[in-house]
Amino acid sequence: MFSGLDLELPAGQWTSILGQSGVGKSSLLQLLCGIADDAQVEGRIHCSDGQPLSGRVAWMAQDDLLLPWLNVLDNVLLAAHLQPGRSIQDAQRERARYLLAQVGLLDLAQARPGQLSGGQRQRVALARTLFQDRPLVCMDEPFSALDAITRLKLQDLAAQLLAERSVLMITHDPLEALRLSDRVLVLAGQPARLSSPITPPGPAPRQVTDHDVLCLQGQLLELLRGSVP
Amino acid sequence: MKLQLLRPLLIASGLTLLWQCTVWITQAPPYILPDPLRVLTTLFDQLPLLLRHAGVTLTEMLLGLLLGVLCGLTSALALITWGGLRRWLLPMLVISQSIPVFALAPVLMLWLGYGMASKVAMATLIIYFPVTAACFDGLRQTPTGFLKLARTLGASRPVLLFRIRLPAALPALGSGLRVAASVAPIGAVVGEWVGSSSGLGYLMLNANARMQVDLMFAALLMLALIAVGLYFTIDCLARRLIPWQSDTLTSASGTARSPNRGNP
Repeated sequence: MFSGLDLELPAGQWTSILGQSGVGKSSLLQLLCGIADDAQVEGRIHCSDGQPLSGRVAWMAQDDLLLPWLNVLDNVLLAAHLQPGRSIQDAQRERARYLLAQVGLLDLAQARPGQLSGGQRQRVALARTLFQDRPLVCMDEPFSALDAITRLKLQDLAAQLLAERSVLMITHDPLEALRLSDRVLVLAGQPARLSSPITPPGPAPRQVTDHDVLCLQGQLLELLRGSVP
Repeated sequence: MKLQLLRPLLIASGLTLLWQCTVWITQAPPYILPDPLRVLTTLFDQLPLLLRHAGVTLTEMLLGLLLGVLCGLTSALALITWGGLRRWLLPMLVISQSIPVFALAPVLMLWLGYGMASKVAMATLIIYFPVTAACFDGLRQTPTGFLKLARTLGASRPVLLFRIRLPAALPALGSGLRVAASVAPIGAVVGEWVGSSSGLGYLMLNANARMQVDLMFAALLMLALIAVGLYFTIDCLARRLIPWQSDTLTSASGTARSPNRGNP
């Protein structure tokens, strides 16, 4: 699927990869997260601190993947729940509550995921991702299942909460990529290759009415269209 | 809500009326089809006798249910965990189902005697397969997203099995339990028919031989009540223990969101 692919993710920056459906964006992301099934990889993942990447990535999918049998708070605490033989400490619970408050859902801490709207569920997923506190956050079209307004709100929230973190986001929404990212890459071709990065000016989240953003969005769309044979 | 309480009563009285009408129209003699009043009278007259035998049958059913569900759940967990076991045991399980469990009843009598053990074994055998199949299917169909997420969280294999796969399979397990509850009476009663000295099945055969048709019907009624009661108890328990199960028929106030089974 890929050949000669070289992806660099600068620490503390938000990188987005755009591309057509089926070009292999998700596979690339899951490869980094160590959950790509049946993948044969010839390549190396190198981290600036020299340590292996495995176990240091938080994954947030398009589907919120909240476990329906746990309440909202326990879903945020999932990383702690899945550690065998260790009970959850008060400090962890406090942190989960703090994160829930940050995404504005503290009063729904005891609710079940089934009672929440799509936007609320994705906010819980965001809190769960933040709770993991991993050096790299990988997001796979995290807001694509939401309506336009909810999406904008969640983008602002994510930009605020994930500032100063290393983030890799997969999306097929050029505007989303341009609003949030420090660098935007396009994955295209057969085998797939990455374009040179586009760096939108100014701090994220950028306004949807921002002239530069809209101008770049046009360029990106042209680039994406041109990449399709 | 009031209708919900009335409904079983309405159904019962409707069926009784149908029964009475059949007696009126066919003019069946009481030793072929006794009328409802006669059966009810017998039911109350012979209540101590009926209750004693019902107790035996109920015990057999409950023990069979317990053993069958425990064995079934254990087998399903083992099948999920070990691929080798899955390849060897699964075909055997399916083939074993081609033997009618009823045909095994005489063998069980021979081995376990005429007491309660053979009936419990019978009920266990008949419950085992549907529970195993339901649990195994449930454990197998965990949404891949849940498993991937758990893996990024560093979950070990036992944690994946017991914290992700097993809870995700609980709705399927609930269905298995419901099936088990509805076949448990069959196992117990068939066992009693083949050979026993107590239980409702025994009482029915005995009453039939002595032309006490009204007693036979009373025993049948008792058996039906126990079976229905068992099913609804299990159903109620399953609903209470698995409140997140999506039920599109009862969730009038439910959200329109589809169950979270997507593949990211």
